[in-house]
Amino acid sequence: MSSTPGLADRRAHVPHTSMFLRMLMRAAVLRRGRAASALLAMVVAAAVATAMLNLYVDVQAKLHKEFRNYGANVVVIAKDGQTLPADALQQVNSVLAGRGLAVPFAYVIARTDNGQSVVVSGTDFEQVRKLDNWWSVTAWPGNSQDALVGVRAAAVVSPESKPFNLSFQGRTIHLNAAGRLSTGAAEDSRVYISSGDFERWTGLQASTIEVAVSGLPDEVNSAVQRLAQALPAAEVRPVRQIMEGEARVLGKTRATLLAAAALIILTSALCVLSTLMGWVFDRRRDFAIMKALGASEGLIGGFFAAEAAALGAVGAIFGFGAGIGVAVWIGRVNFHAPVEPRFNVLPIVLLGSVAVALVSAAIPMSVLRRVQPATILRGE
Amino acid sequence: MFLRLVYESFRRQKRRKLLAGLAITLGVGTATAMIAVATDIGDKINRELRTYGANLVVTPQEDTLDLQIGGVDLKAPSDGAYLSEADLPKIRGTFWHHNIVGFAPMLPVNVSVGPGGKDVTLLGTYFSKQLSFGKDDFLTGVRITHPWWRVQGAWPDDNSQDVLLGAKLAAKLGNKPGDQIEIADQPHRISGTLSTGGAEDAQIVAPLSLAQQILGKPGAVRRLYVSAMTKPEDALARRDPKTMNPELFDRWYCSPYVQSIAFQLQEAIPHSHAEQIRQVAQNEGTVLARIKGLMLLVTLAALLASALAVSAAMATAIFERRQEVGLMKALGAGDLPVGALFFAEAALLALFGGVVGFAGGALLAQQIGRSIFGSRITIEPVLFPVILGIAVLVTFAGSALAIRRAVKFDPVYALRGEA
Repeated sequence: MSSTPGLADRRAHVPHTSMFLRMLMRAAVLRRGRAASALLAMVVAAAVATAMLNLYVDVQAKLHKEFRNYGANVVVIAKDGQTLPADALQQVNSVLAGRGLAVPFAYVIARTDNGQSVVVSGTDFEQVRKLDNWWSVTAWPGNSQDALVGVRAAAVVSPESKPFNLSFQGRTIHLNAAGRLSTGAAEDSRVYISSGDFERWTGLQASTIEVAVSGLPDEVNSAVQRLAQALPAAEVRPVRQIMEGEARVLGKTRATLLAAAALIILTSALCVLSTLMGWVFDRRRDFAIMKALGASEGLIGGFFAAEAAALGAVGAIFGFGAGIGVAVWIGRVNFHAPVEPRFNVLPIVLLGSVAVALVSAAIPMSVLRRVQPATILRGE
Repeated sequence: MFLRLVYESFRRQKRRKLLAGLAITLGVGTATAMIAVATDIGDKINRELRTYGANLVVTPQEDTLDLQIGGVDLKAPSDGAYLSEADLPKIRGTFWHHNIVGFAPMLPVNVSVGPGGKDVTLLGTYFSKQLSFGKDDFLTGVRITHPWWRVQGAWPDDNSQDVLLGAKLAAKLGNKPGDQIEIADQPHRISGTLSTGGAEDAQIVAPLSLAQQILGKPGAVRRLYVSAMTKPEDALARRDPKTMNPELFDRWYCSPYVQSIAFQLQEAIPHSHAEQIRQVAQNEGTVLARIKGLMLLVTLAALLASALAVSAAMATAIFERRQEVGLMKALGAGDLPVGALFFAEAALLALFGGVVGFAGGALLAQQIGRSIFGSRITIEPVLFPVILGIAVLVTFAGSALAIRRAVKFDPVYALRGEA
């Protein structure tokens, strides 16, 4: 660049840039077919890479939702047979701040009319329904004094779904068997009633709060710590069975997905490489003419590199759009919820695409550089 | 002449052929690895899902109600019925025994511990018990069915009198692994402390025979946990087997639904009632279906990417040979022989790339299986002809357009190099 920009210098400079751009444009327009096929390969590769990376980032959040169907991953238990403080549930809910679900359970052993013992639990049916959606229930209780009777308990307390009485410390409650409950676990031998009925009948508060904390393992662990601080009188423990199972399955799934993503991205990068190399190689005549007319190697190299980079960038942007579409579609088909577009994937895809495009331009260039322009122009 | 043309084309254009062959090999390899992983992922994840523990529980048919709060059994030990330990190995004789990963019997007993006489629940079970059914020897116990149980110290031997102390109980009593503890007036060695995050943390876990001895009921088992690999539930699974016709019943019986496995467990163990643990059984179906669906869609993407890579490589390879086509046509070759030449070359490349790619993909799948799941991935032999067929088909499809264009091109322009 000259320090005194005279007219001649400006003239030499201005058309130089526009010529460069014009050559780039004309190259794309004149060889529409080849340019389009190179661009298509670029778009497809970028789309596949975007979709895979997006899925890889998002699969954890998506599967976490499925894993929350396993129910509580943290339990808050009163120490040694006492009950929790009356405001325990509010405390738990304020710690969770909407990032989870907390359901209180109170338990006593009551007696039926003919003296059999049965475990009765008071809980919040609305919340249980959300927390433990594997419970198989014929009808959820809606009214006061409606009970949900476990299938095994039903044989004892109300064989024909008739109303029944239960007594605890001399106080009797009259209940309607509103629905049957089947879980295959301890719940089958219990009778569930609403917290309100339970408190009026026994005067006891909840002794256990089951909590489903949503989020990653770190978030769950920090929630456990905060819960333990908020409720020093209670014992807060993570449900290892649920947490370990989830971590394991999720880890393996992500690892498989990552391997698949790497393979697919590699294959599509190769596809781009071979298409682009063909495209550049095809234009050896342009290369030779430019060289014959006196263009420097650096200029020609810059020209082809700019062309490849432009192709890579345009392909990456269109591909990113298409890839997000694919990821959203997979999310809807498989998880019945859209996969969130992750825009932090864009720079990776963009850089990767441009890099692959540059490499595919560089390989044929280095071959052509060694050849005399005359040989190429003769068509040999 | 035709053969010589094909031969010379491979001999003289080694680099270009190698590039096209490489693209085909890589494409086929990716496709093979992805298909192999996707077909096996269900089985692999199913095995991982067993980390959640047992999905079936077997109880005596004529049992009294359980009085269980927070995992602590409050039922008087004399109450209720028992299963017989001698019947347990029969589980290995059921139709779906290959799907049964393990089982663990449980027998809770109330005991007094130490000189103070503190009341504690002692849970008798198998840790890793050697059993045999017919000629078949196998190991089973809580180490398989309850993989989240952690022991500090050592697991007790199933034939010993050693016990595990729950971590909380050990902290309360001030015992360490290796100490002696008095249970029901008998000294026992504590081989380790157990942490489960559940009720067992405040209990003693002992070999089943010890619990039976304390209870005075040899061979008694209160309940049995079974961990089985199952197929996700569908409409057939939920039907009542009593309402099925024989043909439908056979189909139901021979599918590894959690319901049919429960049915077979009931058949194998007399006077028993088998029930699915819905928390585990119902959810694993959804998780499995989601992961399988995801891998299926990803495999589709992989197939698409490989097909595109192969056809792009082929199109490029043929496009570069317009002059050759022009020359052949100028010397009087028809469209058909020229096309046939290219197709023959493509077929050779596809077969070669297909074989190498299949072998590479199979190796890759094995590597993925070993490094991620720690087990082999089975590759169905039927996959080989399928993959080879797809490889030839995709190569042809990728070449077809390029060949058509090359053949239709006017030889004069092609020879002048004005493409």
